[in-house]
Amino acid sequence: MKPLLKVRNVSRRFNGVVANDDVSLSCQRGEILGLIGPNGAGKSTLFNLIAGTLPPSSGLISFDGQDVTSLSAAQRCARGIARTFQVVRSFESMSVLDNVVVGALVRTAKMREAHRKAHEVLEFTDLGHRTEALANELTPSEKRRLEVARALATAPSLLLLDEVMTGLTPAEAQKGVGLVRRIRDSGITVLMVEHVMEIVMPLVDRVIVLDLGRVLFEGKPSDATRDANVIAAYLGERHRAPSE
Amino acid sequence: MMTTSLVANRRRRELVVFAMVAAALATLPALVTDVYLQNVLILTLMYAALSQSWNILGGYCGQISLGHALYFGLGAYTSTVLFTKFGVIPWIGMAAGGVLSAAIALGLGYPCFRLRGHYFTIATIVIAETGYLLFLNWDWVGAALGIQIPFRADDWFKFQFARTKIPYFYFVLGLASATWLATFVIEGSKWGYWWRAVKDNPEAAESLGVEVFHSKMAAAAVSAFFTAVGGSFYAQFVSYIDPESVMSFQFSLLMALPAVLGGIGTLWGPALGAAILIPLTEFTRSYFGGSGKGTDLIIYGTLVIVIALARPQGLVSLFSRRRLRRAVPE
Amino acid sequence: MLTAETIVQSLVSGLLTGLIYALIAVGLSLIFGLMDVVNFAHGEFLMIAMYATFGLVLWLAIDPILAAPLVAALLFAFGAVVYVVIVRYAMRATANRGMVQIFATFGLAIVMRGLAQLLFTPDYRSIPHSWTEGNNLSAAGIYLPMPQLVGAVISILAFIGLYFLINRTDFGRALEATREDAGAVALVGIDKNRVFTLGWGLGASLVGLAGAVMATFFYIYPDVGASFALIAYVTVALGGFGSVFGALAAGIIVGLIEATTALLFPPALKSVGIYAMYLAVVLFRPRGLFGSI
Repeated sequence: MKPLLKVRNVSRRFNGVVANDDVSLSCQRGEILGLIGPNGAGKSTLFNLIAGTLPPSSGLISFDGQDVTSLSAAQRCARGIARTFQVVRSFESMSVLDNVVVGALVRTAKMREAHRKAHEVLEFTDLGHRTEALANELTPSEKRRLEVARALATAPSLLLLDEVMTGLTPAEAQKGVGLVRRIRDSGITVLMVEHVMEIVMPLVDRVIVLDLGRVLFEGKPSDATRDANVIAAYLGERHRAPSE
Repeated sequence: MMTTSLVANRRRRELVVFAMVAAALATLPALVTDVYLQNVLILTLMYAALSQSWNILGGYCGQISLGHALYFGLGAYTSTVLFTKFGVIPWIGMAAGGVLSAAIALGLGYPCFRLRGHYFTIATIVIAETGYLLFLNWDWVGAALGIQIPFRADDWFKFQFARTKIPYFYFVLGLASATWLATFVIEGSKWGYWWRAVKDNPEAAESLGVEVFHSKMAAAAVSAFFTAVGGSFYAQFVSYIDPESVMSFQFSLLMALPAVLGGIGTLWGPALGAAILIPLTEFTRSYFGGSGKGTDLIIYGTLVIVIALARPQGLVSLFSRRRLRRAVPE
Repeated sequence: MLTAETIVQSLVSGLLTGLIYALIAVGLSLIFGLMDVVNFAHGEFLMIAMYATFGLVLWLAIDPILAAPLVAALLFAFGAVVYVVIVRYAMRATANRGMVQIFATFGLAIVMRGLAQLLFTPDYRSIPHSWTEGNNLSAAGIYLPMPQLVGAVISILAFIGLYFLINRTDFGRALEATREDAGAVALVGIDKNRVFTLGWGLGASLVGLAGAVMATFFYIYPDVGASFALIAYVTVALGGFGSVFGALAAGIIVGLIEATTALLFPPALKSVGIYAMYLAVVLFRPRGLFGSI
């Protein structure tokens, strides 16, 4: 089966600092792929490279068999890659419903259709009761869900989640896990960058561990926790100053 | 779906309010017979229409143009030149002016829309100033002396009236209504949503596939078209145009001012702003301006400052209930 | 007749004028760089500086060039007051902040023009005598009108002074810090409001100097600010908002372009050259020549 997303030998430099060094990975259709690593590993950079907000310094990114390396974030969204933001970026002056409608409009120009899709997605993400609220009136965890809902409204094939579980209470986190599973079950491939190990490891099918800009490990979560390099990288983090 | 109909209901309500306001205004000529007041009403409606057109590009789309006098002047000159030199009736001239202005707006938009903020605004100013200077020195269109439209008789065909101002009133009411409706349609359309998204958070909008370049161009064209039609109207109304009166920078500012004071990016803001600003301008000029002492300017300017500072979201926010919210809450 | 001499003469005049344009523009650029506010009354600041010069010359019988520092001080105070009374409130707006400050300062411009009309009448004034008048230099056949020459020299001195102020003094550092992050400077003990007040004062005093200079060779009337305001905005945008060096470079360029255009085209169209230059530059550099904002 051809992978949905292929990242090949991708590097990204910032003024001499190498954030991503010759990274290659692939994401299979229908899987939940985790992207983890200690602080400063280059996860956010790689995430932005895949999403299209940053261009790579070198390398190739292909999606659904087509080269998307030079496409902008908006163009990638039209192709089927959607993303959330680590620091929530809602459209503050618009209602919850309107926020999601913006996303739905990439697939249809008909307002009725867009509204229908928006309602559907809001029900799916348990925000159906908050449609008329202003985005800035939501609680933090509701705002997170709005981020996800908006991205889902674009009918993506690949959903990129940027640390969606950070800062949630255990109850909220469990709900979040359930949502991610339901998203995958509805046929959307998920790639999630995460920091909260206890939550992400049981959730993902495969995990990719980054460290210092390079791929350190790729495989099953259970194997990752036993891998010597991975353990060393995380232990080493405790002695390193936070840099990311 | 319950909430889809909430949105639809709100939209329907706004249309009903519009219809009532338009109907009420339509009865005014029967009630207001004083010629001076009729004049003020006509000017108010004209500025409401102009500001509403400006608002489409400036308020909704976020591209602040302070060079819209260019389109107003182009509209005025196109229909006037066609009429006085080639005998083309103003109705056709109006359409021609509108189309020409829209085309120019598209042509200018292509390079200019990559400019942001003040750089874009200044580009609009210099382009308009260039147009102004060119017309000021172009003998074929009368240069600084402008063009006088010869009057023959009260005539709908030639759209000129001397014995009554009422036809002008109805035309400009129609124009103001057309611009309001255009804004209404755009507000509820894909463009309206995408522009609002870009204004709130451009990066998030981009990640949702929002691409606004083409819609910006279209907004510029629509805005320019209506502004030009306003210009043609004005030419017929006053029967005399020159670069100073239809293409100056001051005029560009005056087109934007009602929208800013009334509420930029709102449906009723420009009309409300015009309803307050234009009578104010006219009355202060009439009562205080004659002396040449500048008292009218002092009063006018002070009021502009006060309104701008006291109500940054515009006067329309005084009327908003929670459902009609537009500005970011404080 | 385009001879080498006419061309050089033109360029020299353009250079002198350009330096004065730079002085008019730099205050605007400074204020914008500091707090993202475009002063739409900038032309009127120039206008009252010219009137102030006229007044000082008339009542104190001092030479306009000597009056220049006084005018600068007066405008400093005026600029500070404008900030405290008007602009400070404009910046509190959370919605449409850009439009609020444009129209608040635009309203101020109208009030100032009205006041000038009221207090001074619309009559044209000019300064009767100045040691610069008629005292024209001539070098290698090139004619250097003294008022403009003195103005250009004052402009250069002002820019040098500004350079030292910004780079070598505590105030300059506070200015830079506030410009970078107005929200955070309170943490290092900088009072943002005080910096803004002084910033407006400084910006106004610079255009005050320009006004004093221009009063020696230009007619003074209530609407005089309008034409120079547009040149100032274009100069600032051309050089890049917030860049002091950009204002200097752009001012000189604008002066030169204006002179060249006047050579080749009817004088009424001399501004078109500047406008075309602006558009050409921002097509390739959307933030002006040296702008970073």
